[in-house]
Amino acid sequence: MSTQIPADLKYAKSHEWSRIVGDIATVGITDHAQHELTDIVFVEFPAVGSVVKAGEACAVVESVKTASDIYAPLSGEIVEVNKSVTDNPALVNTEPDTGGWFFKLKLSAPAEAAQLLSADQYRQQIGG
Amino acid sequence: MTLQRTPLYAAHERLGARLVEFGGWEMPVQYTSIMDEHQAVRTAGGLFDISHMGEVWVTGAEAANFLNATLTNNVAKLVPGQAQYSLLCNERGGVVDDLYLYCVGKETFLLIINASRIEADMEWLRARHAVFAKRDAVLMSNVSAEYGAVAVQGPRVAEFIDQMFPATGTIKAARPTQLLKNEVDLFNFGGRDAFVARTGYTGEDGFEIVTSAENIEAVWNRLLEVGQPFGLKPAGLGARDTLRTEACLPLYGHELDETTTPIEAGLGFFVALDKGDFTGRSVLAEQKTNGVSRKCVAFKMTEKSAPPRPHYPIWSAGPDAKKIGEAASGTQSPSLNIGIGLGYVPTEFAQPETPIEIEIRGRRSPAVIVRKPIYKRKPEQT
Repeated sequence: MSTQIPADLKYAKSHEWSRIVGDIATVGITDHAQHELTDIVFVEFPAVGSVVKAGEACAVVESVKTASDIYAPLSGEIVEVNKSVTDNPALVNTEPDTGGWFFKLKLSAPAEAAQLLSADQYRQQIGG
Repeated sequence: MTLQRTPLYAAHERLGARLVEFGGWEMPVQYTSIMDEHQAVRTAGGLFDISHMGEVWVTGAEAANFLNATLTNNVAKLVPGQAQYSLLCNERGGVVDDLYLYCVGKETFLLIINASRIEADMEWLRARHAVFAKRDAVLMSNVSAEYGAVAVQGPRVAEFIDQMFPATGTIKAARPTQLLKNEVDLFNFGGRDAFVARTGYTGEDGFEIVTSAENIEAVWNRLLEVGQPFGLKPAGLGARDTLRTEACLPLYGHELDETTTPIEAGLGFFVALDKGDFTGRSVLAEQKTNGVSRKCVAFKMTEKSAPPRPHYPIWSAGPDAKKIGEAASGTQSPSLNIGIGLGYVPTEFAQPETPIEIEIRGRRSPAVIVRKPIYKRKPEQT
């Protein structure tokens, strides 16, 4: 089984990816994470306008079996959430690092990105 | 505690199953995906390892009378080749276990009991046996470790099950597909005995097969082979749980425990008050006559929400909303694509169509009590 770990993304140890463009980070969960969670049936996002801190639980993803917290990989303000995922949570399973993104963050401390893992480091963490 | 493994453990590993702890056993929760396996059972067929379940022989001239004095359903109604759902209750009417009883011969019965309850059941059965007047004419033997079992469930299973057993059974001289619901026959597979019962835990047509532990992997492999052209897939405990929740079949430890009676659980049909005395009868008779203060209900979320889960609080709806109970089971229904569950509420809230609310992470979402079962297979399917 080949897990997708795109090289242009940054990774949190808690299995979220971030695509950083300027001071906006698009955040989702990794292919590895969606595979572990299995069939995703519901995603609960933080409110647009809410402020989150790196490492803080800010979303919940529900599979048939269990609910799991999703952590903000970086600090900032939620500026957009992915309504396509609200309508069709299975997008997280089928397109975890593209169409299945969770939310966009306006970063308050862009330097935090240096703490995140590269694709290679993340691959090592998950033993892929 | 080390987890126990069924004789099919190696088969699950080869199939790439994801294994989880369940009642002290290391069991497959899924092979591919709970959704896929659920749909396979609803549309074609699914094959489940249920070898963790316990088997107990109760035999002898007084076996039927002992079982009738110990279980809630009427054993005297059974003739060899019939199986019966029943409950083992304590003296307060609380459920020690729910089980299936196979009547193999007039003096020969096989109990199929829950994996997590084997020790508790044996302890209680022995205690009842010790005070049974004609105990010398009843022999009990826990053979759980010697047997393996599988369930093969789904609308297309009847198209291939007969291929498994070329000869007719020795109790009813039937082919498996000639068995009616809740009938059981004894077949030969690989030179060994195999009980085949038309029973299940999914709300679909299907069979449960019990054979010696050494024989079960051959049964498993052969079923996958003959069932493959009909869409049969291995299915794990994840799908088993979504299927049984849709069918509103109770799971011990969720809907049933020693403080809950069959009447509260909605299983009064399996309590035969007219058969004479049995353990728990006085409490159950009183409840059947005077009613119960709480009931197990099925509910469905009415709006898109996170799925309900066990222990989530149930609230009444409306301006005077209050907490009235909690969910015993809850999941996303793969068939209906909405959250569903089972739970206990005061009787005045138990009527179908009663609006309720389920508290999910501190927020209440609207739901409604619905008639059981939540999912029923289409009548044109046999």
